[in-house]
Amino acid sequence: MPEATAIALPPLEETTLIDRGKVGLICLIFTEIALFSIFVTAYVFYIGKSLNGPYPKDVLTLPIWATICLLSSSATVEMAIRSLRRDKAGAFKLWLGLTILLGAEFLHQTAVEWHKLITQEHLTIATNLFGTTYYALVGLHASHVVIGLSLLLLTLIIALRGFNLEGAQERRVELLSWYWHFVDAVWVVVFTVVYIVGR
Amino acid sequence: MSFRLLVVWLLIASASPGQTVHAISDIFKPMASPALAVRDLSYLVFAICGAIFVIVGGLLAYAVIRFRRRPHHDNIEPPQVYGSNQIEIAWTVIPILIVFVLTMATARVIAALQDKSQPANAVQVTVIGHQWWWEFRYPGLNIVTANEMHVPVSPTGKDRPAFLTLESADVDHSFWVPQLSGKTDVIPNRENHMWLDPHETGTYYGNCAEYCGTQHANMLIRIIVDSPEDFDKWVAQQQSPAVDNPRVSKARDAFLGMSCITCHTVRGTPAHGTFGPDLTHLMSRHTLASGMIPNNLGTVFAWVGHPQVIKPGNLMPDMQLNNQELAQVASYLATLR
Amino acid sequence: MASVAYPVDEHSAQALGLPSALHEWVITVDHKRLGIMYMIMTLVFFMIAGTLAVVMRTQLSIPNNSLVPPEVFNRLFTVHGTTMVFFVGMPFFAGLANYLVPLMIGARDMAFPRLNAFGFWITLFGGILLYSSYIAGEGLAGHGTAPDVGWFAYAPLTERAFSRGTSTDYWILSILLSGIGSTITAINVIATAMSLRTKGMTIAKMPLFVWMMCVVSFQILVALPALTAGQVMLLMDRYLGAHFFDTQAGGDAVLWQHFFWFFGHPEVYILIIPGFACISEIVPVFSRKPMFGRIAMIGATVAIGFISLSVWAHHMFAVGMSSQANTFFAASTMLIGVPTGIKIFNWLGTMWGGHIRFDTPMLFCIAFLFQFLIAGLTGVMLGVAPLDWQLTDSYFVVAHFHYTLMGGTVFALFGGFYYWFPKATGRMLSETLGKWHFWLLVLGFHLTFDPQHFAGLLGMPRRIYTYAAGRGWEGFNLVSSVGAAVQGIAVLILAINVIVSLRRGRVAGNDPWDAWSLEWATTSPPAEYNFETLPEVHSTRPLWDLKHPEDPDWKFE
Repeated sequence: MPEATAIALPPLEETTLIDRGKVGLICLIFTEIALFSIFVTAYVFYIGKSLNGPYPKDVLTLPIWATICLLSSSATVEMAIRSLRRDKAGAFKLWLGLTILLGAEFLHQTAVEWHKLITQEHLTIATNLFGTTYYALVGLHASHVVIGLSLLLLTLIIALRGFNLEGAQERRVELLSWYWHFVDAVWVVVFTVVYIVGR
Repeated sequence: MSFRLLVVWLLIASASPGQTVHAISDIFKPMASPALAVRDLSYLVFAICGAIFVIVGGLLAYAVIRFRRRPHHDNIEPPQVYGSNQIEIAWTVIPILIVFVLTMATARVIAALQDKSQPANAVQVTVIGHQWWWEFRYPGLNIVTANEMHVPVSPTGKDRPAFLTLESADVDHSFWVPQLSGKTDVIPNRENHMWLDPHETGTYYGNCAEYCGTQHANMLIRIIVDSPEDFDKWVAQQQSPAVDNPRVSKARDAFLGMSCITCHTVRGTPAHGTFGPDLTHLMSRHTLASGMIPNNLGTVFAWVGHPQVIKPGNLMPDMQLNNQELAQVASYLATLR
Repeated sequence: MASVAYPVDEHSAQALGLPSALHEWVITVDHKRLGIMYMIMTLVFFMIAGTLAVVMRTQLSIPNNSLVPPEVFNRLFTVHGTTMVFFVGMPFFAGLANYLVPLMIGARDMAFPRLNAFGFWITLFGGILLYSSYIAGEGLAGHGTAPDVGWFAYAPLTERAFSRGTSTDYWILSILLSGIGSTITAINVIATAMSLRTKGMTIAKMPLFVWMMCVVSFQILVALPALTAGQVMLLMDRYLGAHFFDTQAGGDAVLWQHFFWFFGHPEVYILIIPGFACISEIVPVFSRKPMFGRIAMIGATVAIGFISLSVWAHHMFAVGMSSQANTFFAASTMLIGVPTGIKIFNWLGTMWGGHIRFDTPMLFCIAFLFQFLIAGLTGVMLGVAPLDWQLTDSYFVVAHFHYTLMGGTVFALFGGFYYWFPKATGRMLSETLGKWHFWLLVLGFHLTFDPQHFAGLLGMPRRIYTYAAGRGWEGFNLVSSVGAAVQGIAVLILAINVIVSLRRGRVAGNDPWDAWSLEWATTSPPAEYNFETLPEVHSTRPLWDLKHPEDPDWKFE
């Protein structure tokens, strides 16, 4: 190496690092949005194209109660997170339990609706294009509700067993609540497309 | 192997006398306006791409030679150049301009080819793709045939184009006769359109160009471009009901008693099946099995007897005919000119 | 509880005996080991799919050949394409990214090591599932065995009515599994780059390699769901009686094409950009200059990432879309040529004025540049929709995409392989064998794919198991088939090189190439924890700054 006159090093530049859990979940939500978009696209594309009935306006009724349940569960899960942040374990478990009940009622309402559609209206996934796209889209959303509910239930069980959810665990519960908000936001889109635009 | 060569020879020789067979479907030898428009556009595209290749490739080759490491470079690093705003802007702007030029040229040709209106004297043909043969219907002329499409010649100034409506009976196919036009896909539950106006008589070869299953490779197309007189003669012949040669009336009755009629039509007889090709004027075609083998008594015999040997996987099953039945069917079919 | 001395390097692992060493690898969550396993998977599946190709080329070497019947041929091209895209190309991205991203940003591992391991094993399982279709038995009329619907599996050929057995389901399921693996890697790469960079390494200072892997990851997250969704819909059609692509019930066959190609086009950039990443690391080091126009490279890559989402219907020009749609997609397709071209010019600018060393990694890069230039130009030709109406679904397209994937991605893969093999194993690959591999591959590649352009121009469609004589295709096919054999030999030489060099290769040391990114600042192979000490990061080339304190990058960037 030739005679080197080293220049004084500048200070290290500040780096902004983001929590990996947050980045991971945002990426997951991003890719899930892409997935739902395709099913929504198929639904919209096939509106009005069924070769035979039953048709949406004949058999669909606005799921108001189910929607209220699901959207309020976003509020309750947010209350749960705030309780957790303030170390109020009792309130946390209460709000979390309420969230789970509301989510379960949403699923219950979906099941009731599907039961009516299948047994009374004779609409199945194989009946026509409406049936195909309806069950696929609503079913995809419902499956995400099931996943979210399972994780929320698991969290409640862990909390009820007396484990202290703080630090990294608190962060993870917060990320779970973000996932739950995402599931609820998707419902807003599905509701609009299926029950308002498509009818 | 030599049998196959013979088949090829017979195929090429089986074109009607005086017809030029264009077996080599070279897109640079266009014989109709759509293919011609594409070729002319391609000259611009190839010129631009060729120039880019020569310049960039040349610079690359130059750099590799000129800037190779020499012995005296051992511990010395070259000047560390991080970029150059002027150069980088230049090589961004110039390609954008090239893209603009190409897009304009492309848009023009797309519009000319896709949005062409159908003149009153156009010949209308409905093309229906099947696994693995082509059905051609001429709705205005009441003609149904298979695999070989006849159209009248359309020399410049005396335009008489053929406008094709493309449908599929099963899966995706694609209709491609390179010397006459670019391809258009044939899609179930969808009607596509294309047109061609062949400038010279002759036989033009094409292929199905969308993978459609086992025998996609043998779904060949022949477009036979006739002079106006020959086309009229062909139309008249195709419009007539099936030849009813009394010499084969027993064979005919045997044929009509067999399940052939479930899949095939012979107009003027009780045979009304539509799953397989229309056989009314079978012997007016040059080939069988969608262009695979020449059409004569011998090959008709071979095909009807053992279709799965000639075109394995095709949807005509081996009908398990005994020798007498086979002779009857083949001799009857051989009269359907 | 008795503690077992935990081996932290190769030597101790070997001392334990084979079963324990294998166990190490099976349970590992170390990004380097997972990266190596991904790369082994890449090369093994590459050789398998390559063998399938050699069989196809032999069948096509002469007209009317009967080496393989049509059903077998149709399975060959389906499994060849599916393997190359999902079990060679995607694991290549995953292996390279997983191995190098943490090292290049000075991290200890990826953000989610256990998820990483899960992603690898599920991808591998997908590949095994695909090939298990070959031994699954003939089923109904041969439909229970390997899939034969083409790697893009157009509906309604894939519907129950036309694909009666389970062969199509092998295609669907194996790719769904591979897709989970790819999504996992994508999330992991972005999370790692955002959360684990060493002190001083701002996002702007990340190596180009890491930037490009992030763009690829973004594309995977946006585009792969389209394929996943389409496949779930297809499964519903096949098993639940749904009608997504059932044309008899009013379904739309073209909808499958839109969904597939909305994935499929970004996918081809997902396949090439890791190649770009290798080129962008190797060319500067072997030209002894920094990347020319680094910011433009990043900008061009990000632009490609976004524009690639808007060009998909150029695979569908012949489908019968309106002239307006065709014009739009032609325009967007040609537009994406601009950032791609800029990258070629920047690599050229990097070499310009340098002191180019022609070690094997650089040879592969130089061949890449010529070949990718040609591939890009044939891509422009195909972007001109009317010309595409002639050339799509012909051997011209086959030639084009093999030029990009083989002449581009695979050549870059091999370049990267020769470049980073010493880091991963501690030994150099033989330069002599490397040059034999290189030149034979160049010869074989051009013999195989150059003639295919002309066959396409003469009307030869793709995916045909045979062709008649007299169409003008015979000569081109024969030469092409000879080339395939030559390529096979070249790849065998690589295999020999690897086996020989693992035992007797020259010891590499930390930094055999005199390079500048952080992975060369640690041992070869790195310890499990990667770095004992990390240099200060003040620029994009931390090791250049260390080696040239009088002329550091941070003064000029």
